[in-house]
Amino acid sequence: METLINLFRNNIRQYGMIIALVLITGLFWILTEGIIFNPLNLTNLILQNGFILVLAVGMVLVIITGNIDLSVGSVVAFVGAISGVLMINNNVPVVLAIILSLLVGALIGVWQGFWIAYIGIPSFIVTLAGMLIFRGLTLYLLDGQSLAPFPDSFGILSGGFLPDLFGSDGLHILTIILSGILSLVLIYMEFKNRKSQVQYNFEVIPLWITVTKLALLIYVINWFAYQLALNKGIPMVLVIVFVLIIIYTFIMNNTVMGRHIYATGGNKKAADLSGIKTKRVVFWVFVNNGVIAALAGLMFASRLDSATPAAGNMLELDAIAAVFIGGASMAGGVGTVIGAIVGGLVMGIMNNGMSLIGIGIDWQQAIKGMVLLLAVGFDVYNKNKAGNS
Amino acid sequence: MSDYILEMRNITKTFPGVKALDNVNLKVEKGKIHALVGENGAGKSTLMKVLSGVYPSGTYDGGIYFEENECHFKDINQSEDVGIVIIHQELALSPFLSIAENIFLGNERQSKQIMNWKETFSESKKLLDQVGLKDSPETAVMNIGVGKQQLVEIAKALSKNVKLLILDEPTAALNETDSENLLKLLNELKKQGITSILISHKLNEVSSISDSITILRDGQTVETIKTNEEKVSEDRIIKGMVGRELTSRFPQRVSEIGETIFEVKDWNVYHPAQRDRKVIDNVNMHIRRGEVVGIAGLMGAGRTELAMSIFGKAYGKKITGSLYKNGKEVTANTVSEAITNGIAYVSEDRKTYGLNLIDDIKRNITLANLKRISSNSIIDERKEITEAQFLREKLNIKTPTLEQVAGNLSGGNQQKIVLSKWIFTEPDILILDEPTRGIDVGAKFEIYSQINELAAEGMGVLVISSELPEVLGLSDRIYVMNEGRITGELDRGEADQESVMRYMAGAGGANNGNIN
Repeated sequence: METLINLFRNNIRQYGMIIALVLITGLFWILTEGIIFNPLNLTNLILQNGFILVLAVGMVLVIITGNIDLSVGSVVAFVGAISGVLMINNNVPVVLAIILSLLVGALIGVWQGFWIAYIGIPSFIVTLAGMLIFRGLTLYLLDGQSLAPFPDSFGILSGGFLPDLFGSDGLHILTIILSGILSLVLIYMEFKNRKSQVQYNFEVIPLWITVTKLALLIYVINWFAYQLALNKGIPMVLVIVFVLIIIYTFIMNNTVMGRHIYATGGNKKAADLSGIKTKRVVFWVFVNNGVIAALAGLMFASRLDSATPAAGNMLELDAIAAVFIGGASMAGGVGTVIGAIVGGLVMGIMNNGMSLIGIGIDWQQAIKGMVLLLAVGFDVYNKNKAGNS
Repeated sequence: MSDYILEMRNITKTFPGVKALDNVNLKVEKGKIHALVGENGAGKSTLMKVLSGVYPSGTYDGGIYFEENECHFKDINQSEDVGIVIIHQELALSPFLSIAENIFLGNERQSKQIMNWKETFSESKKLLDQVGLKDSPETAVMNIGVGKQQLVEIAKALSKNVKLLILDEPTAALNETDSENLLKLLNELKKQGITSILISHKLNEVSSISDSITILRDGQTVETIKTNEEKVSEDRIIKGMVGRELTSRFPQRVSEIGETIFEVKDWNVYHPAQRDRKVIDNVNMHIRRGEVVGIAGLMGAGRTELAMSIFGKAYGKKITGSLYKNGKEVTANTVSEAITNGIAYVSEDRKTYGLNLIDDIKRNITLANLKRISSNSIIDERKEITEAQFLREKLNIKTPTLEQVAGNLSGGNQQKIVLSKWIFTEPDILILDEPTRGIDVGAKFEIYSQINELAAEGMGVLVISSELPEVLGLSDRIYVMNEGRITGELDRGEADQESVMRYMAGAGGANNGNIN
């Protein structure tokens, strides 16, 4: 028991986040009398909030470097508008239009990254300016009107599902198989990790805790997959989010670039004197975030099946909130991709759950604000307590 | 009884897993200067935090008696109310505010929340006279040097009617003259009846100024020495601190000096902000294989500026001159180029320039040379652990695991991590800027041994230090700097305190270009 308490105390940040997620999920499970978990709604939840998760992945990198990006909501709208102009007004083929749109995102990142990294203007200012600039350009491009509809194939990006290769009726078999494979991979990685911890004499978590943790995780994944399989299977949005999680977790944990990002945020001066080109790091993180925001913009436009001037309004705040709920620090140097995703899920479940029980947009905003404040407040409180003892 | 202003009885303070203070007793006589010494981690700071209420009453065992009343401070305000003021090593001044505003910060001269500026300035003028600071109270604090800032802190303490003044490493960042002035001031305050507790690593100061010395080791009181009863030598104090006799403060070394591996020719550097100010003026120097070269000089002589400008032009503008390695000219226009060319620089300020304090030990160690533990930009964590483990053992970094966060370690251990980090880059020329600042005697000795070992392995080591005995004790050869120029070059045989000092004073006083 003592080890469990210690384990909890040392990882309170990570566990706190997951507990928050569980509590909020449980709350809405009760409030919606289980509707939130019915297969159709679960699919909807993912489709509605996929782009928040995508944006959170890009945003967490920016925040780890000690910066912020307020412009992503406007970039979502701007890229949506660009894609609309390309596909609807100019009949550019879908794939080419997607590539061009992502390129526009990269250019926006180059523009903002240049001012922030090389000229030294605080990111808050540059991206606040970007927020206005790109919203304005969106209005100009669309002439204040919505553009619709997109070609059908563009809809796959937000509304498509993985095809069922086995064509069974009722249950989506491929989904079940994939979640089975994922479970095996998780078991393998956990035990591989354990083995190397033993090998290097690191503190090893007692076996029964590892097993319990794995069992719970695998249960949740498979249950979740089963629910999806009862509906239409795995949505494309989930595939995109999953691929992003894998890629960016790997970059942040296992590559030199990831180290450089953490080091730049943790202590920029020390990183500079360690031969890290911190300006370049910040620049590329913004370019990356531009591309990610563009991807979210495409998903958003695809979901609405139109490019609208008001698209992505306030979305940057959802993404930023997700990252902070996920344990990142305003000062930089701290944060994880998984944390940002958990934070994004908290936001997503609240959005969905509150809509289900009929809470108006007014109170939704207020409640989300309170949750952000409490989540970060809890984190700060724990850090202070750890610092004093 | 009555001549003790403070008694701390049987203080025990435990942190999860560690007993930081174990039955510590401290009795401080009224109107005296009482020194508190001990290695880093011995519990000095913890004891002072208990005393000043940073650790509130109830979180420790034992009793505090101030002027014979038992005290239970809940926070720092309560201890200040009775007249106990602590001045921390890191000064707590607000740089953009004036001296006067800083003195009365949190204790403003006011009526009904409206500032009384007249009184603020006239009162602060009086306090400044008392501490011997001649600057106008309207000067912004960022425009005065560290030495004067220290005096402002003391003036601030005096404004609170201090009875017991606690100074934590007050002279650590000061040059010789400022240190002397500060110690003189403490003696002045003593005459006015103010008691002081002085925490210091500089044992010569301690033995010259204090009336009693309490030595702490591993959270316990070792002894209290009264300096009027016995003559106290530095060795005597060190013996108490480390619990054994240190035969020498510097490890023995037979230097095997080879050919020249690094040369700096006609090096000139200008100040980054004031473009016409020359900070380094035509410096020529060389280092040979296996040689430890010292650079002595007063604060502001340009030692750090020289080192950092060599290290990938990390400091300065309009840098001219050339660098030669093994006789061939090399360029080092960026830090990473310098590292590639085998130059390493251990900064004087490990917290600002050396470490990522929120990251763990192994990641700090490998940061400057991630190439060595990665292929195709993917990090091999096993290799990282093995390499970091090797250096942890080599440098005797005392931590339970490599995953400890750097910010939680003692100064000595942090310094060893920074040193490991640069050893990990496999340099040929290692520049160490104040390698033992703010660390304890034991860790100092270990770092000295490391320096010797690295030189023996064939590295050229350049040591910048403000502690003359250190420069003299370590170096095979010494360059002395003054106002950006090299004013003297002395071999081990011909160098002594006096000769070095003479070159240091050079063309006169120096007060420019210290970078922060």
